[in-house]
Amino acid sequence: MTIPFAYTWRSLWARRLTTALTLGGIALVAFVFASVLMLARGLEQTMIETGSDDNAVVLRKSANSELVSQIERDAANIIKTSPEVAVLPDGKRFASTETYVIINLSKKGSNDMGNISVRGISPEALQLRPQVKLLTGRWFQYGTQEIVLGKNIARQFQNCDIGQEIRFGDASWKIVGYMDGQGTAFDSEIWGDVEQMMPAFGRPIFSSMIFRLVSPDAFEAAKLRIEQDPRTSFAEVKREREFYREQSKMMSDFIRVLGLVVTVIFSIGAMIGAMITMYAAVANRTVEIGTMRALGFNRFSVLSAFLIESILLSLIGGAVGLGMASLMSFVRISTTNFGTFSELAFGFTLAPSIVVTTLIFALIMGVAGGFLPAVRAARLDILAALRSA
Amino acid sequence: MFVLKLVLKNALRHKLRTFLTILGIAIAVMSFGFLRTIVTAWSYGVEASAANRMITRHSVSFIFPLPYAYRDQIARVPGVNLVSYANWFQGSYKDPADFKNFFPRMAVDPETYFEIYPEFVLPPEQLATFKRERNSCVVGQKIAREHGLKIGDVMTIEGDIYPGRWDFVIRGIYRGKDASADETQMFFHWNYLDERIKELQPTREGFIGWYVLRVQNPAEMSSVARAVDQMYLNSRAGTKTETEKEFQQGFVSMSSAIIRSLEVVSFIIIGIILLVLANTIVMASRERTKEFAVLKTIGFDSIHIIGLIGGESLLIAGIGGLIGLALTFPVAGAFAGMFPTFFPVFKVEVITVLLAATVAALAGVIAALFPTIRTLRTSIAEGLRAIG
Repeated sequence: MTIPFAYTWRSLWARRLTTALTLGGIALVAFVFASVLMLARGLEQTMIETGSDDNAVVLRKSANSELVSQIERDAANIIKTSPEVAVLPDGKRFASTETYVIINLSKKGSNDMGNISVRGISPEALQLRPQVKLLTGRWFQYGTQEIVLGKNIARQFQNCDIGQEIRFGDASWKIVGYMDGQGTAFDSEIWGDVEQMMPAFGRPIFSSMIFRLVSPDAFEAAKLRIEQDPRTSFAEVKREREFYREQSKMMSDFIRVLGLVVTVIFSIGAMIGAMITMYAAVANRTVEIGTMRALGFNRFSVLSAFLIESILLSLIGGAVGLGMASLMSFVRISTTNFGTFSELAFGFTLAPSIVVTTLIFALIMGVAGGFLPAVRAARLDILAALRSA
Repeated sequence: MFVLKLVLKNALRHKLRTFLTILGIAIAVMSFGFLRTIVTAWSYGVEASAANRMITRHSVSFIFPLPYAYRDQIARVPGVNLVSYANWFQGSYKDPADFKNFFPRMAVDPETYFEIYPEFVLPPEQLATFKRERNSCVVGQKIAREHGLKIGDVMTIEGDIYPGRWDFVIRGIYRGKDASADETQMFFHWNYLDERIKELQPTREGFIGWYVLRVQNPAEMSSVARAVDQMYLNSRAGTKTETEKEFQQGFVSMSSAIIRSLEVVSFIIIGIILLVLANTIVMASRERTKEFAVLKTIGFDSIHIIGLIGGESLLIAGIGGLIGLALTFPVAGAFAGMFPTFFPVFKVEVITVLLAATVAALAGVIAALFPTIRTLRTSIAEGLRAIG
C-alpha cells in the first residue's frame, strides 16, 4: 500500500518558506550546470555549422590553425587541378585560396582589445560558403582595397561603420558592407580580396585553401592523392566540418571541464541543503509517521513517500533552473577562441540532451539529499514515534 | 556572556543539522575561493609585470613581426637602457592535443633576455653554456619536472609557424625568483631560428616578434612610447609601445567574457551559501517561537533576541567559512598539481581569502535578518500559542 501522492505534495506546501529556500538552492545549481553545457554546446554548434561536408580544407601539416599554416602558390595550383576538385560551369576550379591573419580592434564601450580574423578570399569563396549573405551595403570589388565585415564585428567594435576606413597591412581598407554568416564563425570575420591582402601583409604565401569536392565521398581519394604527391606532401586535407570542430575543441573542453568541476563541487552544498530540509521534515512529523505506520503503511511506503518528496523538490528545482537557463539563449557572448586565437561570438544553445542531463543531475541531488532522512523516517519505532509529542 | 552560552547551546541542539550546515557552507566557500583563485590566476601576468619594462610590438597585431633592424634604433631612444627581443615559435611538442604539452616556446636574444627578466633565475654556468651553444635551450623548472627533462636532454619540436623538425639541447633550467614568476616557458637562440629560416623561406629573414625595453626611469615611459612609435609611424611596420602591464592586460581582456562568467558563477555560489544557511536559521527560529516568547516574558530585550539568532547564524557561518578557507588551499594545490602548465602561476591570493571571509560573514548576517525580524514582530501571546 502506498502513501497518497497528495500527502507528499501538501507537506511540501505546508512548509513553504523552507521548501522555497531548498528549491532555490537546487535551482541555482541546475541553472549553472545547464548554462555551462549550453555554452560549450553553443560554441561547438557555431564552429561546426561554419563548415560543410561538401568542402575540404587544405593546411600545412602540424599547423593546428589557419593562422600558422602556409601554402605556396605553386602547390595551391597543383592541388586545384586534382580531379576530386569540383569544376564550376565556366570551367574554373571550385576552390578558394585564402590568406588569414588577425588584427586588433577596440571593443565599443570597454576599449578592450579583440583579435579579429581577417580573411582574404578568392571570388569562388562566396559560392563555397552559401550560408554567408550580404546584409547591408555591397560586396567588395576584387582588385580594390575594400572589405566587408561580419555582423558581430560591426556590432561590437569601434569605427566599423560603412564608409569608414580601417588601417592594417600596408593600406587603408574601406568598409563597403556587412555580411551575415547566419550564426557561424564568419560573423566574426572581415573579408577582402586575397590578392590585395597578400602583398599588403607582405606574405607571398597563402594560409589555407578550401575546395568543393565533386561529391562528399571523394574526400578520401582527394586526401590520399594530395598527401601522397611529393610536391604537395607538406599539406594535410581535412573535411571542412571536421576542421572547424577541432578549432572549437580546446575551448569547449575547457568550458566543460572547468564548469562541471565547479558545479559538481557546489552541488554538494545544495544537496546538503536538501538533506537539512528533509531531516527537519522527518523530525517535525515524527507523530505523523507513527500514525501512518499504525494505520498499516509499512516501512517501505514511508521510505518511498519521503524519497518522493525529496525527488519532487529536486525535479521542480531542476525545472526552475532549466527555465532560467533557457533565458540565457538570448545572450550571446564574444570572446577569444583559444583554438584560433581570434574573436568569436557564440550563444547559449539549449538541446534536448542538455534538458535530460540537467534533470538527471537534479534527480541525483534529490536522491542523495533525501535518502538518509528517508531511511531515518522508515526506521522510526511506531510506539516511540507516537509518544514523542 | 549568558547570550553567548545560549547561542552555543542552541547551535548544538540539532547536532546533525548544524554539522550539515557547516559542511554545506564550507564546501560553498571553498568553491568560491577556488573560482576567485582562477580569476586571479588569469591575470597573474599583469601582477607579475615589472614597473620598468615596456613592450614594442607591431601596431596591427602582435602576430606580425618587426624588423630586427629596429633594435639599435630603439636602443638609442633617450631613457631606454636595455633592449631585448623575443619571437613566438610555438610548434608542437609531443602530442599537441594534450594540454600539458602546450607551453610558450620562444626564440630570444641569449645575451640580454635573462638580464632584462631578472625574475627568471639561471645559474651563471648554465647561462654561459646557453649563450655559447647555438642549438641549446633553457626550460622552466615546472616544465622540466612535468616532462622529466634534465640538462643534456634533446627536445624535439615539430614546427608550424616555422616548418620543419627542430632539435634543441637543454643547457639550462631556470627557476622563478618568487612565486609570481612563470616557470613554464622554453627559450632558445633567435639566431638559430633566423639562420634556418633563411635557407627555407628567405623573405622571413631578419624579423623578430616583439622588443622588450628597459627604461631608466618609469616616469619616462610615456615619452619613450611616443618617441619609439613616432619613429616608425610611416614605415611598413608601424609599432605600438606600451608598458608591460598594459601589454599583459591586453591578453587578459581577450578572455574578459570568460572571466566575467566565472565571476557571475562565484556570485551564484554566494546565493547558495545564503540559501543553505537561511534555511537552517529559519527552521531553528521557527521551532523556538515559544521559547523566544518565554524569554521575552521574563524580561529579555530585543537586543538579546537579535544576539541569539544573529549569533547562531554568525557562529555557523564563521566555522563553515573557516573550514572552507582551509580547504581552498589543498584544493587549489591539487588543481595546480594536476594541470601544472594550465595556469603558469596558481595560488590563493590574500584578497581571495579576505573576500571569502567577508562573504561568509555577510551571509551570516543576511540569513539571520528575516527570522530575527519575524521573531521580534511576533507578540508574546502569539508566540506562546504557537505550535511546533
